[in-house]
Amino acid sequence: MSVADADLEKLGFEKAMAELEDIVRRLERGDADLESAIALYERGASLRRHCEAKLKAAEARVEKIMLEAGAPAGLAPLDPQGGGS
Amino acid sequence: MTQDMDSEGPQTPGREGDNAPAFSVSEISGAVKKTLETRFGQVRVRGEVSGYRGPQSSGHVYFTLKDEGAKLDVAIWKGVFQGLRFRPEEGMEVILSGRISSFPGSSKYQLIASSLEPAGEGALMAMLEKQKRLLAAEGLFDEERKKPLPFLPEVVGVVASPTGAVIRDILHRLADRFPRRVILWPAAAQGENCPPEVSAGIRGFNALKPGGPIPRPDVIIVARGGGSIEDLWGYNSAAVVRAAAASEIPLISAVGHETDVTLIDFAADKRAPTPTAAAEMAVPVRAGLVAFLEDLETRRRGAMRRGIEDRRATLRGLARALPRPESLLETPRQRLDAAAAGLPRALALWRAAQERRFAEASGKLEAARGRLSERRSGAARALAVTGERLNHAPQRLIALKRRDWAARPLPSLRPALARRAERLEMVAGRLDSAFRAARAQRIEKLRGLGQLLESYSFKGVLARGFALARDAEGKPIRDAAALAPGDLVALTLQKGEAKTRVLGPEEGSAPQPPLTKK
Repeated sequence: MSVADADLEKLGFEKAMAELEDIVRRLERGDADLESAIALYERGASLRRHCEAKLKAAEARVEKIMLEAGAPAGLAPLDPQGGGS
Repeated sequence: MTQDMDSEGPQTPGREGDNAPAFSVSEISGAVKKTLETRFGQVRVRGEVSGYRGPQSSGHVYFTLKDEGAKLDVAIWKGVFQGLRFRPEEGMEVILSGRISSFPGSSKYQLIASSLEPAGEGALMAMLEKQKRLLAAEGLFDEERKKPLPFLPEVVGVVASPTGAVIRDILHRLADRFPRRVILWPAAAQGENCPPEVSAGIRGFNALKPGGPIPRPDVIIVARGGGSIEDLWGYNSAAVVRAAAASEIPLISAVGHETDVTLIDFAADKRAPTPTAAAEMAVPVRAGLVAFLEDLETRRRGAMRRGIEDRRATLRGLARALPRPESLLETPRQRLDAAAAGLPRALALWRAAQERRFAEASGKLEAARGRLSERRSGAARALAVTGERLNHAPQRLIALKRRDWAARPLPSLRPALARRAERLEMVAGRLDSAFRAARAQRIEKLRGLGQLLESYSFKGVLARGFALARDAEGKPIRDAAALAPGDLVALTLQKGEAKTRVLGPEEGSAPQPPLTKK
């Protein structure tokens, strides 16, 4: 399980989603033998957790690059409302 | 060299008389210069660029502005030239701003330009087309260079003005769809700082190391609000186009309004008509993904449940098709029960039959014994009669003989009597032994008959291992043809009895259907 999870960590959201979709389709076809079906089901559960975590990690952070002599020196919070128009 | 002096030149203080002091050349040239600069200190001149050869080694630029009837020398100093948004080109219709001045060393005047702008949209569009062709020839707009946008970027880099509606629109739309971490690289949206700052932003984002203190964006949006073609001109610059084309991070351009096209749009991986649309391209809709994921989850669970249900149903069907163990044993058990139930009756029947036969046999034996004893007593009687007669026979014989002998002389009677007495003695002895012999013979014969009778009994046969088979009525079975499968057969063995059931005729004896299959 931990190996599979480590493998998942590197998996991008879109790929994870595509794999989950594929797994669901294969499960729905119903032609996998029982052992494979269970393995697919469990893999699907991990993928779903992974995708959900990615979706949950939807945080908005807005920062501005601070430049020093044209090179980025750090980040400062950006308040575009306060910036005025 | 000074013949070409303007006819209106002597407008100066020395007009009064011939005696007026003469100007030196330098004086007059200086006066002219001063007059020109005062009178034409700020002019705008429109004309066609001619004789343009690019900056000199000094960095200054000289060319001629002309129209149908006149020519005007133009000088653009290095510092001004570097700040120009549009570079002059041969044949280009431009409007130059600046002042008219003279060059006293050669008695010439010229326009010292402080700015240059293309004359009219047509000229700008022509420039744009030319620039586009040049950059396209470098392959910067090739389709093969285009990279796919990431499906879900973690960090979105924005190169735009830190103030204004553009960044607000992008942040709003990102928040609506899928809030992400946004890093803004502030850059001038127009003016001479625009191209260097925008291209520095694109390159700067690309130069960030993954995992560094400032996160490297997964996608870059270069955005600017709407404006005139001149306002947007910075995004046509070769510097910006090259930076966009060289970006390893997928880049979305969103400059101006929908109808505005700048050259960065061709170099970008994706062109968005507005900054808001760029935000939409950059991230998927989170709610939609959540819903889709939920749908997948429902389907995943459903498919698994159905799979198990199907298998369960199949298993149930198979189990139903399997015969019950009870039913497998039912028929044999029934047959066993029937056989067991018939057994006592068959035994009783057999026993009755045996008893009958025994009675019969013993009756016969009794009769035989009766006849035998009759014969024996008959013989004994006859023997007794004979014995009686025999007992009296000597006296009668003696009496007879005595009479004879009395009548007859009795010569030598005595010896004859003695002989006869001797013979009588012998005869009597033989009679006795004959009787004993006859009796022994008859006893022997009787025993022989008894044995014979015994050997005729079936019991002897049973002792040799044969079995007596009888039907339900107790009648001995002699012919297999009289039997049907399933008939009860009572077997009598030497010791005890058994009941059995006919399975079928012996192989090949009769074409009966097999008994056990049904």
